[in-house]
Amino acid sequence: MASTEFMTVNMGPQHPSTHGVLRLVIELDGEIVRKVTPHIGYLHRGIEKLSEHRTYHQIIPLTDRLDYLAPMSNNLGYVLAVEKLLNIEIPERAQTLRVMLAELTRLKSHLVWLATHALDIGAMTVFIYAFREREKIMDLYEKLSGARMTSNFFRVGGLSNEVYDGFEKDVREIIDTFPGHFDTYEGLLTQNTIWRQRTIGNGIISAEDAVDAGITGPALRGSGVSLDLRRDNPYSGYEKYQFTVPVGEKCDTYDRYKVRLIEMREAVKIIRQALDSLKPGPILADCPQVCYPSKESVYNTIEGLIHHFKIASEGFPAPEGEVYQAVEAPKGELGYYLVSDGGNKPYRMRIRPPSFCNLSALERMSKGAMIADLVAIIGTLDIVLGDIDR
Amino acid sequence: MADQHRAVVRLREKFADSVLDVKEFRGEVTVTVKKEKIVAICTFLRDNLKYNLLSDVTAVDYLGSEPRFMMVYNLYSIPNKDRLRLKAPVAEESTVVDTVSGVWSSADWLEREVFDLFGITFTGHPDLRRILLTDDWIGYPLRKDYPLQGPDREPYQGRLS
Repeated sequence: MASTEFMTVNMGPQHPSTHGVLRLVIELDGEIVRKVTPHIGYLHRGIEKLSEHRTYHQIIPLTDRLDYLAPMSNNLGYVLAVEKLLNIEIPERAQTLRVMLAELTRLKSHLVWLATHALDIGAMTVFIYAFREREKIMDLYEKLSGARMTSNFFRVGGLSNEVYDGFEKDVREIIDTFPGHFDTYEGLLTQNTIWRQRTIGNGIISAEDAVDAGITGPALRGSGVSLDLRRDNPYSGYEKYQFTVPVGEKCDTYDRYKVRLIEMREAVKIIRQALDSLKPGPILADCPQVCYPSKESVYNTIEGLIHHFKIASEGFPAPEGEVYQAVEAPKGELGYYLVSDGGNKPYRMRIRPPSFCNLSALERMSKGAMIADLVAIIGTLDIVLGDIDR
Repeated sequence: MADQHRAVVRLREKFADSVLDVKEFRGEVTVTVKKEKIVAICTFLRDNLKYNLLSDVTAVDYLGSEPRFMMVYNLYSIPNKDRLRLKAPVAEESTVVDTVSGVWSSADWLEREVFDLFGITFTGHPDLRRILLTDDWIGYPLRKDYPLQGPDREPYQGRLS
């Protein structure tokens, strides 16, 4: 009589399908997962602690490094939180550009999700295609901010520069060509037998369980809960745009895949509307205590130079109080909770990371699954360890 | 306006002696309550006022004032699309709070993080271990008396550049 015993397997932290430095300790009964214990923190850089020692402007580059696949969404949440604390109005052009860039970032992030998720399940072609398209957005980022990933483009009060000449043409080229690329991905996956067999019925989490576990973003909408902060609590002028919020029905990986693909198409629609409504105007709020002066005045006038120096070295004081600002980042609700004691640095900055809460549901979702399906569940949660560990 | 907020009205009715303070700032309502009642209040908010999503749990260290710590719970109601912030003071002598992971299971990891970085313990928590730092880490980095550059180092004096 053969005896059976459970086997404990370690996966990660250096493992391609854990999407970063995630380590899982898996207890297996044959190929069936009995228990998963995630171990995180390998990428912990103490951004919340560091922020208590930086002026408000100096924190923006740190936020780039949270969810490093979607830097501008992180920037957006942070600057909105500071602007809420300061209670300043942002000019319309800056708001529209921010929406465009946030949606381009969503495309960029979802393309990486699609590429790596498909690669994990064995669809190599999609990986190559999606990264090719992502490169277009990276090029735009580079032209705009000088960096491909850590863009540091947003500022409290607006944006760091006016966009370059030809920006609108580049964006229009992206939104004109991308829907065709999405068709290609769907052609490769949606009716693909292997893809369907691997994703339908995989990683099921009911709507109540998903809300209870704190899942947000596309992973929650895949379970049929219609929550999108862009629509429900609009910020940065999102109320002006027409878009639909897709929801899934079956609560499985396949539905989450479909939700994200529709979201990419909706993002293109939002960018198109924003581009059509883009008007010339200032890109920084009229608030000299807070905003950097224009480069022209810094280089040509002594007042501008002193002004720049004051803002860069001392920063600005923020009124005493506390605010929580959440944005719909590509991965879910990204929240910034700022506590100010009236000084030029936050007394406490808390980042509510979407991936952290989504990952906490991993154990619930993968209980009883095959070990190969666990990889699909990690992919469908779309985690980024920079966001989880901070 | 904060006095008319639906949750504030109901909480004042039901938990009159536990509500310590109600504040509104930039359109956000913050209710400070006694930590002993936190589980009862959270259960009430979830069941009767539809605050079904616990967005965030964190803490703030007000070193030098009494009570030293403040637990912060950011709640969101998906049906009503509104937020509520719940705070509960925690004294330094007894950094123990009841867990709300029985009310929302998302509190499980979020409370582990508060335990890890602030050293506040949660009674009744199913799995209270450090989460971001290693198990043998000494100290609680997000406390204000923990030096930025690590233990046994001089306090940070600002950047030299």
